[in-house]
Amino acid sequence: MIEMIDVWKTYPNGTHALRGITVRIKKGEFVYVVGPSGAGKSTFIKLMYREERPTKGQIFVNGINLEALRERRIPYLRRNIGVVFQDFKLLPKLTVHENVAFAMEVVEAPSKQIRQRVKEVLELVKLSHKADVYPDELSGGEQQRVAIARALVNRPSVLLADEPTGNLDPETSWGIMHLLEEINNRGTTVVMATHNREIVNTMRKRVIAIENGEIVRDEQRGEYGYET
Amino acid sequence: MKLRTFRRHLREGVKNIGRNGWMTFASVSAVAVTLFLLGVFLILAMNVNHFMAHVESQVEIKVYLTPDAKPEQVKAVETALRNQSGIKSVVYVSKDQGMEELKKRLGDKAELLEGLEKQNPLQDRFDVKTYDPHQTPQVAEKIRQIPHVDEVQYGKGWVEKFFDFTRMVRNVGLVFIVGLAFTAMFLISNTIKITIFARRREIEIMKLVGATNWFIRWPFFIEGMLLGFLGALLPIAVLWVGYHALLDMVRQDLSLFFLDLLPVTPLMAQVSLLLVVIGMLIGMWGSLISMRRFLKV
Repeated sequence: MIEMIDVWKTYPNGTHALRGITVRIKKGEFVYVVGPSGAGKSTFIKLMYREERPTKGQIFVNGINLEALRERRIPYLRRNIGVVFQDFKLLPKLTVHENVAFAMEVVEAPSKQIRQRVKEVLELVKLSHKADVYPDELSGGEQQRVAIARALVNRPSVLLADEPTGNLDPETSWGIMHLLEEINNRGTTVVMATHNREIVNTMRKRVIAIENGEIVRDEQRGEYGYET
Repeated sequence: MKLRTFRRHLREGVKNIGRNGWMTFASVSAVAVTLFLLGVFLILAMNVNHFMAHVESQVEIKVYLTPDAKPEQVKAVETALRNQSGIKSVVYVSKDQGMEELKKRLGDKAELLEGLEKQNPLQDRFDVKTYDPHQTPQVAEKIRQIPHVDEVQYGKGWVEKFFDFTRMVRNVGLVFIVGLAFTAMFLISNTIKITIFARRREIEIMKLVGATNWFIRWPFFIEGMLLGFLGALLPIAVLWVGYHALLDMVRQDLSLFFLDLLPVTPLMAQVSLLLVVIGMLIGMWGSLISMRRFLKV
């Protein structure tokens, strides 16, 4: 569960990214975060995995108060949160299998367990046959699926996605969306910032709209609501 | 940390050395040059120190007894001297022995002393050496207080100046060593910075998936240590060969007989060990300081 109480974020250059956000996301929910560019969507996501700290206000993730969290406990918070980006952030010199295994090596999992679990998630994202291929030999959609596999491999309770379909064509985007929906159906909370009107309006979920750093709309089975 | 993890860090660290071939070469050679200078300086400093310590150990206190001192009073003075703290050796020199010494020192001109043997004008004395030559003035002052001690001589004035000089030489040496060490550290830290910069994406991802800072740091730490170690090997070899040659040269050249240089074996082992340790320490330190900025994610 994620909870924000009157969260403000002002960057050192004076930009007010968020002004008084209060929101509650329950375990197992699927949430779209929509709004114009620069409205504060990315900041909203970044605050949840402690890449940024709020200027004011409190954030709880799985009952942990991020404000009170000590610097050296951050890695343990992040092991419970998977993050996916628009630009995939894969390591080009590692194969698909190695890229996913990397996330487990980092948390010092036993190698037998790593092999087994990586196989599992690659099956989930339907890339088992490309395990030994390097990222630059894959299409954008496949790369994003590798990134999702990496985000899921440590069984996080939350998956954060910052414009995961931003670089993909519509058809591939749908593939990614069905994957995210399946992950959500298995119990993982999904929070996804997006500009994709078609997806939001077709695959109806909760929609949180942010404009100028404030939540202007929050509805279950909402619509995108902006002209693209 | 698990052994498996440590092996991974070791593998990554070694891999980095190979991956950044030219940078590794550049920084290892820079470290080698710095450590070479440091080594030359260390050898010089240790020899100068050896020479100074030798001269310092020659400093002794001559304790002259009053002419009327009876044998048991002489004994009492000796006991008092032996009980004094900081004194290494006490040697009794009677006035007859003193006369012999004097004759020996005068050589051909010993006849000048003829006739004095009957009425020896010299005094019985003790030659006293201290453990720490720098304590000589203080010890001499205490000895002066002992009854039946007539006079105390230790080269007052000269000794103090000499010790000031040796102290200064040692301090200047220390400053040089620290300065060179810092230069080498800066060079290593720069190389590591480039390695880290090349791998900042990887570090970013490691942080995202929940790697601890130390997990990220270890490979770089090991890389820095290896750079320092490799950088120490070449100067050690060169210094070893060079010092050998120098000793041979000095031994053969009779005009240099007064140069009492330290033998190769303990000295070069000490210098080598020191260079390796310093190389590795500055390597580790260099990698730590260049990591700091990149871990703030």
